[in-house]
Amino acid sequence: MSHGFVSVEGLGKSFPSPGKEDDLIVFNDVNISIDKGEFVCIIGHSGCGKSTILNVLAGLDQPSEGGVIMDGKEVSGPSLDRGVVFQNYSLMPWLTALQNVTFGVKARYPKWSKAEVEAHSLKYLEMVGLKDTCKRKPSQLSGGMRQRVSIARAFATQPKLLLLDEPFGALDALTRGIIQDELIKIWGESQQTVFMITHDVDEAILLADRVLLMTNGPEAKVAESVTINLPRPRTRAEIIEHPGYYKIRNHLVNFLVERSNRKEEFSGLSGQPLVVDPTLEVDAQPEVNSIEINTNTTNTNEPSLSLKSVNV
Amino acid sequence: MTLNIKAAIVSLLFFALSLAVWEALNQPPEATEALTEFELLMGGADQEARVPPPSKVAVHAYNELSNPFYDAGPNDKGIGIQLAYSLYRVLTGYFAAALVAIPLGFVIGMSPLMYKALNPFIQVLRPISPLAWMPLALFVIKDSEQSAIFVIFICSIWPMLINTAFGVANVRGDWIRVAQTHELSPIRTAFTVILPAAAPTILTGMRISIGIAWLVIVAAEMLVGGTGIGYYVWNEWNNLDLNSVIFSILMIGIVGMLLDMALSGVSRLVQYEE
Repeated sequence: MSHGFVSVEGLGKSFPSPGKEDDLIVFNDVNISIDKGEFVCIIGHSGCGKSTILNVLAGLDQPSEGGVIMDGKEVSGPSLDRGVVFQNYSLMPWLTALQNVTFGVKARYPKWSKAEVEAHSLKYLEMVGLKDTCKRKPSQLSGGMRQRVSIARAFATQPKLLLLDEPFGALDALTRGIIQDELIKIWGESQQTVFMITHDVDEAILLADRVLLMTNGPEAKVAESVTINLPRPRTRAEIIEHPGYYKIRNHLVNFLVERSNRKEEFSGLSGQPLVVDPTLEVDAQPEVNSIEINTNTTNTNEPSLSLKSVNV
Repeated sequence: MTLNIKAAIVSLLFFALSLAVWEALNQPPEATEALTEFELLMGGADQEARVPPPSKVAVHAYNELSNPFYDAGPNDKGIGIQLAYSLYRVLTGYFAAALVAIPLGFVIGMSPLMYKALNPFIQVLRPISPLAWMPLALFVIKDSEQSAIFVIFICSIWPMLINTAFGVANVRGDWIRVAQTHELSPIRTAFTVILPAAAPTILTGMRISIGIAWLVIVAAEMLVGGTGIGYYVWNEWNNLDLNSVIFSILMIGIVGMLLDMALSGVSRLVQYEE
């Protein structure tokens, strides 16, 4: 088992059921390794336990089994080493945008003077383009601006690991695109280690070095670790020109639509998820549209799977 | 014309109309026959029991308010002195209650154990009419002045306690999680996150409490006597001076309104928009 900067080992979460039924296992045997400076996205259908994994990483939730090791130490509770950006922004409505950022900076650097705290906070607000609106309260900001403040707050505390829980889920597509670009820019400058939940395949390809795919819950697991082998810096406009883009995209969409509920395909998996690089896959024959070559099938009980597709 | 101006005009119309009806219904009857010697001696038909018309109340109010702080012995003090006594009792009891209710409400709101343990006491003590405590307070404290303050204390504690506990218990989980991920100590979390988040709810409780305290002080002072606006009303009733009774009723209303306005001003300061 490799030991990355962050190492999630044998993580499981279950809830006791009422009565004498078995416990409800949300996910089990989840193993994730994240290197320093890596941007990892996790995708899965609702209810597979993505948010629980993120909360365990943040130290806000306790796993039923397994644990998380970051930088050689076990994660046992919330810490300033792990910054979190929540989907609903979680800004304090009684503070201005600037005060919301200084709230984080003051907690991180209690010895700094007031001027230092403010200068540091303003620098990060400027990165997200909100320097001029820093005196406004969150209720006077749009959804996109609020999420920018939340991102600035998280980056300003300079955590070792940044956790993003579907940060753009509540934003419209245009705003989302703009903030995605800003996020890559800041990430490129800071080389933060990032773990992010998303529902958006294109967002994952644009941002991530690796995309983790989860099967459906209950008893979900991390099935594949898809390497996003596209050159950086990436922009939304250029990335779609790359020949590997649609291979990756098709692989991810196919997993989510077709394969994520085929539990038996992944039942043989244990330990680390399969590492997949869709850009290395052999091109499918253009005239046989429905062929999906399953290079990853480890399940030997169903050898007919790939043969069936060729006969179509 | 804005809505406010229209509303002010309608208000003035209602005011004028009710004053006119009140004035018209309370004129001294015309003497139908010559008054006897005895009737003249007793003040004539004017002495018949009637609610005084607003014109007389207004003259009386003007006289009282032009010298509000005179003190001519135990049974004859100016309205200002009486109101000051009442305000002193209300504010003392009220702030003592706030000192107990807000910290205790914090504890109850933050700890489900304390909530469950203390809830039965609150539920039993809360519906007791504050004046029912008066005999016990007089016996234990042995001072009518302090007993009145205690009655104010006990009646203002419940809305503040319950609202504080409710506000604290319902602070959004996201904000608590933000505090946790920033490694804030429980004390700092309480002061920098929970207190500002719950402040509007706490202030609502304080506003309800000051209203109740002002209602109760009048009744309490009628019982304990001596000084205060409640005693004043009852004393003027014993004097059969309805002018003073009506005037002091109006003053009770105005002071109560000012107390409420003061707290609503404070609550605007801590209000936030999500």
